[in-house]
Amino acid sequence: MFDFSVVTNWVHGWLMSLMPEGLAILVECILIGLGVLVLYAVIAMMMIFMERKVCGAFQCRLGPNRVGPWGVFQLFADVIKMLIKEVIAIRHSDRFLYNLAPYVVILGSVLAFACIPFNKGVEVLDFNVGVFFFMAASSIGIVGILLAGWSSNNKYSLIGAMRSGAQMISYELSVGLSILTIVVLTDTMQFSEIVERQADGWFIFKGHIPALIAFIIYLIAGNAEVNRGPFDLPEAESELTAGYHTEYSGMHFGLFYVAEFVNLFIVSSIAATVFLGGWMPLHVPGWDGFNQVMDYIPGFIWFFAKAFFVVWLLMWIKWTFPRLRIDQILHLEWKILVPIGLANLLLMTVCVVFGWHF
Amino acid sequence: MDIYEKITALVPGVRLEEGATPTLYVEPASLHEAAVALRDHAELQFDFLRSLTGMDWGEEGLGVVYHLESTRLGHQLVMRTATADREHPELPTVCDVWKAAELNEREVYDYYGVIFINHPDMRRLYLRDDWVGYPLRKDFDESEELNPIRMTNEESSDFTSVYVKDDQGHTVETKQVLFEDDEYVVNVGPQHPATHGVLRFRVSLDGEVIRKLHVHCGYIHRGIEKMCESLTYPQTLALTDRLDYLGAMQNRHALCMCIEQAMGVELPERVQYIRTIMDELQRIDSHLLFFSTFCMDLGALTAFFYGFRDREMILDIFEETTGGRLILNYNTIGGVQADIHPDFVHKVKKFIAYMRPKLREYHEVFTGNVIAQERMKGVGVLSREDAISFGATGGTGRASGWACDVRKRHPYAMYGKVEFKEIVFEEGDCFARYMVRMKEIEESMNIIEQLIDNIPAGDYQVKMKPVIRVPEGRYYAAVEGSRGEFGAYIESRGDKYPYRLKFRSTGLPLISCLDTITRGGKIADLIAIGGTLDYVVPDIDR
Repeated sequence: MFDFSVVTNWVHGWLMSLMPEGLAILVECILIGLGVLVLYAVIAMMMIFMERKVCGAFQCRLGPNRVGPWGVFQLFADVIKMLIKEVIAIRHSDRFLYNLAPYVVILGSVLAFACIPFNKGVEVLDFNVGVFFFMAASSIGIVGILLAGWSSNNKYSLIGAMRSGAQMISYELSVGLSILTIVVLTDTMQFSEIVERQADGWFIFKGHIPALIAFIIYLIAGNAEVNRGPFDLPEAESELTAGYHTEYSGMHFGLFYVAEFVNLFIVSSIAATVFLGGWMPLHVPGWDGFNQVMDYIPGFIWFFAKAFFVVWLLMWIKWTFPRLRIDQILHLEWKILVPIGLANLLLMTVCVVFGWHF
Repeated sequence: MDIYEKITALVPGVRLEEGATPTLYVEPASLHEAAVALRDHAELQFDFLRSLTGMDWGEEGLGVVYHLESTRLGHQLVMRTATADREHPELPTVCDVWKAAELNEREVYDYYGVIFINHPDMRRLYLRDDWVGYPLRKDFDESEELNPIRMTNEESSDFTSVYVKDDQGHTVETKQVLFEDDEYVVNVGPQHPATHGVLRFRVSLDGEVIRKLHVHCGYIHRGIEKMCESLTYPQTLALTDRLDYLGAMQNRHALCMCIEQAMGVELPERVQYIRTIMDELQRIDSHLLFFSTFCMDLGALTAFFYGFRDREMILDIFEETTGGRLILNYNTIGGVQADIHPDFVHKVKKFIAYMRPKLREYHEVFTGNVIAQERMKGVGVLSREDAISFGATGGTGRASGWACDVRKRHPYAMYGKVEFKEIVFEEGDCFARYMVRMKEIEESMNIIEQLIDNIPAGDYQVKMKPVIRVPEGRYYAAVEGSRGEFGAYIESRGDKYPYRLKFRSTGLPLISCLDTITRGGKIADLIAIGGTLDYVVPDIDR
């Protein structure tokens, strides 16, 4: 199993030989920050490309296919277009909050993104309350969306933001409950540790029934958490034209757009990490030969394969289902998912206490 | 005439003229009384106001023609009233008798300046508030100075006028508030993805809940009825396709039929067959587009592409025969423009064989979906009484339990000779409206299958005179359009131009019932209701 900490240790040692420790750590922080941002942008582009192709396939279309082979350069054209478009300052808006909002959204998204363990040794933010930190960081985005809706001085935006606030805060609960179910199983909140514990089988297999229920609840709630169909009410284009980001243009709109796609990736990769073993290869206890073969496949490939599989699942749902109504969304969360989540947490606790898991 | 005796017993001072459809002449003073009597008398029961037409008869003054029908007893009546006062024309409103009159009377006010006493909302309907004069009056001054192209925005007023009679019999204008200052009013349209065109609503919201809704029309008003008055009859045909562009065949069929009936033209069977098949193809086309756009409105984007993919096949069939895909220009007075393409029969059969399994696929991907069902069932319920009172015909009326299909009520073309079911649901909610249209696709295919193999040989066009003159008189003909009864009313004075040509819009009644059925619903319900009412805006604005 390839351990990325070899590389990080080597870089650290090399920098220490050149400069004092404080400076070396500063340089490392900058390098890691740049790395996270570059990866963030690359993932965003991959997600947008994937969305177009997957959606095209579901809708009996080809998707982009004119610019470059399979239309891959379409993305770069779009990014450049987004970057050079004018950011329009609208009259009667709260200028400061209006400009701040997209950065708050992207900040929450990047912080949550940094929590993801991509490979053994590639964990940027990894500490003993990692799950807790992830939940907190991902909630910052709501503030940005509410600010955007409020400061735009547009009634559609405001309704979109209010919907979004009600929806995201509600569904946070189910996301938390389903992750908590796994935390009960593992007795750790550190993401790297959660992955390590899955060396002898992924939690979706080890936790059997309660883990499976938690996984399904997580998929539903996670999908709602990132405002994607069938839970895309905050920006329901046939009702509110574009919801909270109606008044944004240029790169400010681009930040919302990118954050939405990366949030989808984040939700999927947390699902992959917590339930499907993250970068951990598929191990079956007892089958040593099989396990060794699996270990030859690098961890990040396992991770991305699983994460994009979940992304694909969520895209399938988005492009097939119609949208819910606001009262139905809240009904689904508070009267169905939360009670099931709580009962499931209890079930998992009982399972752990009596040792009914693998 | 027994109806006459009954009416004269109820309302003195009326005059009845017999004809294919009896015409009742009523003085404005007894109009309201007559209207109530006509609707409520047990043996008359004229509960359906088919069409309301404003008129300028010159010497006789300004007036209104009402086309009435009883949904229970099936008989029809034309009621006419006129006021000689051209300076301050006033008529009593009948919108408390038939709700359909509410928007139609606003249209008459807009075109002729007739003020309807006690009408709750006497504003212009299509033209700008600052328009000078009343364009359909025969003495209208068309000069550019009076009505230049205005470069300013039109501010929407929060007030409306209501005209009432005071104790001395003077007409008094009172201002009524439409929206209070502290109401949260959201503007939906004219540029909005879910209004399917340039329609505009002002919606007063309480959180997500709709408190009331006002419709603003006229963003695509082209004055087609005014234009028709200076066009020869064959020229007027070109405009019908541009009303309801998803009912182009049927609209033109209605106008052709009206002119042909007026002139007493006998059509060859072949023409009737072709027209019937084309009308049904058009209906399938329209319902497929309804399915697609409705799914898109509810957020199911994949179903949208399915519908559009299959609709292409119909458009290809149209294109081969008519040369057009949307604006078809196919029916002519006394026939059709061109004979059907040699491949037509084969392609239509192929399409029907292809479409049946696809419909099952639609039901699997959308109708059976639990979210779709939740969004549609019990949402936007229109009662049968309201549907009749508003004159909401077509799929909307049939979903509310009102068997209002013109093909059954007044069979025309081949509809009397083919077998098909009239789809009627009782619930009146969005799901019923949706299912009516989905089932009508199947019925339309059944009709086409009965006809497609038996198209008789013969001429596709009757030889007509080079100049077509319609004999003096008044004529009304209606067809079942894609979304309701589409009628053409011609008043002719024997010229080559119509004296007055009015189209009974299929969409206007549909939007007039929007306020009633959306109240208390959510914003998302407005979209679902608007989608299932399936209005087409150019048809409303004309």
